Amino acid sequence: MATGAAMIRVDGFTAAYNGRVILDRLSFEVYRGEVFVILGGSGCGKSTLLKHMIGLYAPAEGTILMDGCNVTTAQGQERQQLLRKFGVMYQSGALFGSMTVLDNVCLPLQEFTNLPPDAIRLIASMKLQRVGLGGCDDHMPAELSGGMQKRAAIARAMALDPEVLFLDEPSAGLDPITSAELDDLIVSLARSLKITFVIVSHELASIFAIADRVIMLDKSVKGIVATGKPQELRDRSENPWVRQFFARQPSPDNPA
Amino acid sequence: MESQFSNAASLRSDGPRNGLLNLAIAGRLDADSTGRIWRESTRLVAAARAATVNLDASAIDYCDGSGIALLIQLRRLQQQNRGKLEIHGLRPEFQELLDDWSQQRGETGQSKPKARVQLVEEMGRDAVQIWQDAHELISFVGELGLAMVKAARHPKTIRWRDTLLIAEEVGVNALPIVALLSFLVGVIMAFQAAVALRQFGAEIFVANMIGLSVLREMGPLMTAIILAGRSGSAFAAEIGTMKVREEIDALKTMGLEPVRFLVVPRVLAGVVMTPVLTVFADLLGVMGGSVVMMSLGFPLITFFNQLQSAVSYGSLVGGLVKAFAFGILIAAIGCLRGLQTQTGASAVGLSTTHAVVSGIILIVITDGIFSVIYYYLWV
Repeated sequence: MATGAAMIRVDGFTAAYNGRVILDRLSFEVYRGEVFVILGGSGCGKSTLLKHMIGLYAPAEGTILMDGCNVTTAQGQERQQLLRKFGVMYQSGALFGSMTVLDNVCLPLQEFTNLPPDAIRLIASMKLQRVGLGGCDDHMPAELSGGMQKRAAIARAMALDPEVLFLDEPSAGLDPITSAELDDLIVSLARSLKITFVIVSHELASIFAIADRVIMLDKSVKGIVATGKPQELRDRSENPWVRQFFARQPSPDNPA
Repeated sequence: MESQFSNAASLRSDGPRNGLLNLAIAGRLDADSTGRIWRESTRLVAAARAATVNLDASAIDYCDGSGIALLIQLRRLQQQNRGKLEIHGLRPEFQELLDDWSQQRGETGQSKPKARVQLVEEMGRDAVQIWQDAHELISFVGELGLAMVKAARHPKTIRWRDTLLIAEEVGVNALPIVALLSFLVGVIMAFQAAVALRQFGAEIFVANMIGLSVLREMGPLMTAIILAGRSGSAFAAEIGTMKVREEIDALKTMGLEPVRFLVVPRVLAGVVMTPVLTVFADLLGVMGGSVVMMSLGFPLITFFNQLQSAVSYGSLVGGLVKAFAFGILIAAIGCLRGLQTQTGASAVGLSTTHAVVSGIILIVITDGIFSVIYYYLWV
């Protein structure tokens, strides 16, 4: 896939929780139009990094720029513009339980556009169809399966046609088939709509299917241990931890 | 010495003699039976301080994780006594289990007891906590004030549908319980007062007392406390669950401020419905009083004439102004506690509790402040 200029630039980023440093001086870039995967074992700070990248938490040090705009400090009009640029799918889906699936997708459109109500419903319905949820408009989120909830959450994140989609563990808790369907959806969205994806994952199978580029985080260094295409990392990485991760072997200092 | 604890597992001991303790464990070592010989065997080994403990394990015919834990514990105790534990005759399959569990993995079994927190340190932490709480409260009040001003300027941005639904839940659905409790409180107060006033033949003044106390105090206060328990807790639980399920994060990243989106409709509903419910509470409280008066033989018209002479519009309005303030407090504190929810299911329960407790405390404090203000205004 053609990669353009940097869409997101993370520079010297440090995250701390209760004074304990979790991620130490990370720097990387996400290019426009690529599917970028943040990889790593449990508890290495993947989701924390994602939540900083979308401006929910303020970094202890360093800056995160999205399209040249600082996600942490943006205020007022600038912040509203920034928020329009990206959508987020949370790990649990985070659909609003008191609204139907369609209303969930309508919400951002109602709040941020002047479109008439019937246009909003049509657009929302189209987005739901695009993620394979046609006919589920009037269901409540609780009536959907885990995979369907995640699709609906992607539809809601895409409601305002963002340039970047952040997905937090899209395949967590899904069976291999549903997970593969979700991978197909991600790839086809990236191709057809030219959306930049930033995905947090530890699912090996899906990484090979979707990722243009991955960074790998590790607890021991509190930072990035490897960057590159997933196939390159698997075949050529010198780092023992990376090799183990791809070979699905237990770590030597913690035998199972 | 022999101690037979059950048919399942038995412990026999011999010694200590010349630095040698002989133990024999027999039978079935599972979670149930191991517990029965755990204290006895560990006490024996710890007290013996023997250089060698010989453990005859040949009669153990079943051993699971609990049994292995006992063997490991005995070995640890011997290590502490600088002695050794020799296990004889353990069946190979159990020996395998023992070897497997004996391997140190990561930090298992290495956990140290937490260092005791000193009193001064604890006081310091609590002080910081209180300071942070106050800071959050102040910034929340500011944020809410700003959002309310914005909402007043642009009424179209208010989520009216949500507001109406919440108002229905807070107001209409609370009416039966508010009505019932107010009526009963009116009856009880009137009855108690009548008993005391009868001694002076002044039962007619029960009407004065009921009128003033219900309109000024009991009506608003009872309504507020019921709403704090009923709706304040519901707000905290609802918003807290949304926080736990990342829905609040989702709102933020969609550019929808939780305060505007969730708190403003609730505060509006609370502000409107609390005075309305208070009017009903006043009415039902006075009706409760009238029932008692009628049962004492006073005609209803006498009661109402006496009531009218005692209370003014000032009493009613004063009570409603209080109810208005209580409405803001209950809704705002419920929402704040919800937004402060940490992660995990128990956090939601904690927020709900906090919402009710701090709601009621604030109601009573505010009521006191109003009493002082009214005293100076009316005297």
